[in-house]
Amino acid sequence: MKSLIIEGLKAEIEGKPILHGVDLEIKTGEFHALMGPNGHGKSTLANILMGHPKYTVTGGSVKLDGVNILELDVPDRAKAGLFLAFQYPVEIPGVTVGKFLKRATEIQAAARKQPFTVSQFLKTVREDMTFLEMDQGFINRYLNEGFSGGEKKRMEILQLLTLKPNFALFDETDSGLDIDALKVVSKGINRLKGPEFGGLIITHYQRILNYVNPDKVHILYKGKIVTSGGTELVHQLEEKGYDWVKDQFGA
Amino acid sequence: MSSEPALNDFAVDYKYGFSMPETGVIKAEKGLSEQVVRQISAAKGEPKWMLEYRLRAYETFRKLPMPHWGAYLSDIDFDDIYYYVKPTEEQTTSWEDLPDEIRTTYDRLGIPEAEKKFLAGVGAQYDSEVVYHNIRKDLEQKGVLFSDPESAVREHPEIVKKYFGTVIPYNDNKFAALNTAVWSGGSFIYVPPGVKVDIPLQAYFRVNTKSFGQFERTLIIVDEGAFVHYIEGCTAPTFTKDSLHSAVVEIVALPGARVRYSTVQNWSNNMYNLVTKRAFAYENATMEWVDGNIGSKVTMKYPAVFLMGEGAHGEVLSIAFANKGQEQDTGAKILHFASNTSSVVTAKSISRSGGVSSYRGLIKAGPGLKNIRSKVECDALLLDETAKTNTYPVMDIQTDDVSMEHEAKVSKISEDQLLYLMSRGISEEEAGSMIVNGFIDPLVKQLPMEYAIELNRLIELEMEGSVG
Repeated sequence: MKSLIIEGLKAEIEGKPILHGVDLEIKTGEFHALMGPNGHGKSTLANILMGHPKYTVTGGSVKLDGVNILELDVPDRAKAGLFLAFQYPVEIPGVTVGKFLKRATEIQAAARKQPFTVSQFLKTVREDMTFLEMDQGFINRYLNEGFSGGEKKRMEILQLLTLKPNFALFDETDSGLDIDALKVVSKGINRLKGPEFGGLIITHYQRILNYVNPDKVHILYKGKIVTSGGTELVHQLEEKGYDWVKDQFGA
Repeated sequence: MSSEPALNDFAVDYKYGFSMPETGVIKAEKGLSEQVVRQISAAKGEPKWMLEYRLRAYETFRKLPMPHWGAYLSDIDFDDIYYYVKPTEEQTTSWEDLPDEIRTTYDRLGIPEAEKKFLAGVGAQYDSEVVYHNIRKDLEQKGVLFSDPESAVREHPEIVKKYFGTVIPYNDNKFAALNTAVWSGGSFIYVPPGVKVDIPLQAYFRVNTKSFGQFERTLIIVDEGAFVHYIEGCTAPTFTKDSLHSAVVEIVALPGARVRYSTVQNWSNNMYNLVTKRAFAYENATMEWVDGNIGSKVTMKYPAVFLMGEGAHGEVLSIAFANKGQEQDTGAKILHFASNTSSVVTAKSISRSGGVSSYRGLIKAGPGLKNIRSKVECDALLLDETAKTNTYPVMDIQTDDVSMEHEAKVSKISEDQLLYLMSRGISEEEAGSMIVNGFIDPLVKQLPMEYAIELNRLIELEMEGSVG
């Protein structure tokens, strides 16, 4: 069992504090949901964990399997087993999905001291694409270029399945998806669930949580996790809205 | 083995910067004079008409001013250049026959190996002369001529006289005049009607001597309905003193012919590369220039297509990489002289560390022409704050029956693109290379695979140390 332990994490962007001491612990085998109103630091948290250069960490630690990943550069965080499914995956013109995925998989295999063969890689990717109901032609397309919103999110999940990280962060992976795409994306996430995998999904909606069944739900408000619980928190939010959070924790 | 230390501080990763001891059998005295022009002509045992043509060109060169536009050229000292160095007594068709120094050079450049694997013929020029030349026997039997131009002057004067200097007259510009006066080496190709040369012919240009000027001359005639793909590569040692490469390339694509001319220019960063390239495309002929400029100190080169007959099509794909201390002033010229002609220009440039890349282009269509189509797209990618790019497109369209598109775009590698790739474990340097190679991928795909791989590898070398 591995763990991702966030302790007292504080961060700012351009001098403006956003996170005011976040504490959160996720173990492999667990799946958590992070909810909360817009602008209170949910996406910031995901991006800081991955190492986005536009944020500055001002305090606290993030330990993945005992290693403080805040001291690692971005590629080394990935090699340590962390994955971020981006809210807005960027287009990389001229770099094919196949070439990119092959290189990323090769790097992961080397980091884990596992063998890598192109034939095995291709076989796995093709199976994963079929599983995610993606056209095989995507492998020759330029990464995310001209993809619809739904296709971009599926591409994130395809990368997730191919790279098999220990911990994955899903930054509003459900936003903008129709119900069919939502089911496919959830199917992908569920496929990786197991004793070797821990996840944190950031979302505004109950919809996806009905498919991915989080073990724990946290609410991030004003840069702090103000409450944690089970799925009953989700129902409470759906019923009462964020005003309830404000009333409870706004002071 | 190497006689000259590579001292150029910014060419750290240039693996072709080595030089060999000079083996020359003739070395004309430094500087340019009528005497030198005569000496070159005499060394080649040329007919009088060629000598007279050279002398006329020499007079014109002396009279024409330096170009007052484009890159800064005033540092070129025409008196401090060797204009003619003949490296071996004779040309050979066997690599084994070459002197050790020269053979080793080509081995290190991988030319004999490439010839075996995927080329139909190779010409290898070392300083002023083509030292090795070979063509597949089956092509020779079909009547394809592929030699150095000196041999063509001797053996096929009727073809040379008919076309030499007709596409690019000696008084076209100062450097065309210079080339015409002192030309030496290059390629001559004639492809008979209907013959398709299915795999590429290649010429490789190597400079070895310090303070040297290479002035190769290429003439390619592709007869009706025939096809050829010609590839040229170039490298030079990294010296502390500048060198000059000033070629003239004339191409005639007769009706229905198709010619593709690909260049991967990787001169060392002390080379002034000032080249005039032009093709005439007659009825239903297609001319394609694929022009990759990675090396040199200064390059000024604008491959041109004159669309002379109805149904002709011209295409220029241009890739330039301007690194520290480099200026790539490149582009294309398409002149529509007939109705129902079309052209496409796609130019992509990458600049970093203060390098300057400029797109300079001309699209011209005369009055009264019908159904002229042209599309120009130029994209520039800037890798840092000090990199520069310019665009100088000129459109001179004197007819109404025209469809004209022009797009120009400048972009930067975004932090988000880098983060995205890095978040999948890819290092920052490799991520940068991937994005840059991706940027030019649509053009690189047009090259034969071996050259595409080579070009990608060169870009990766240029990208090394890009992480500050």
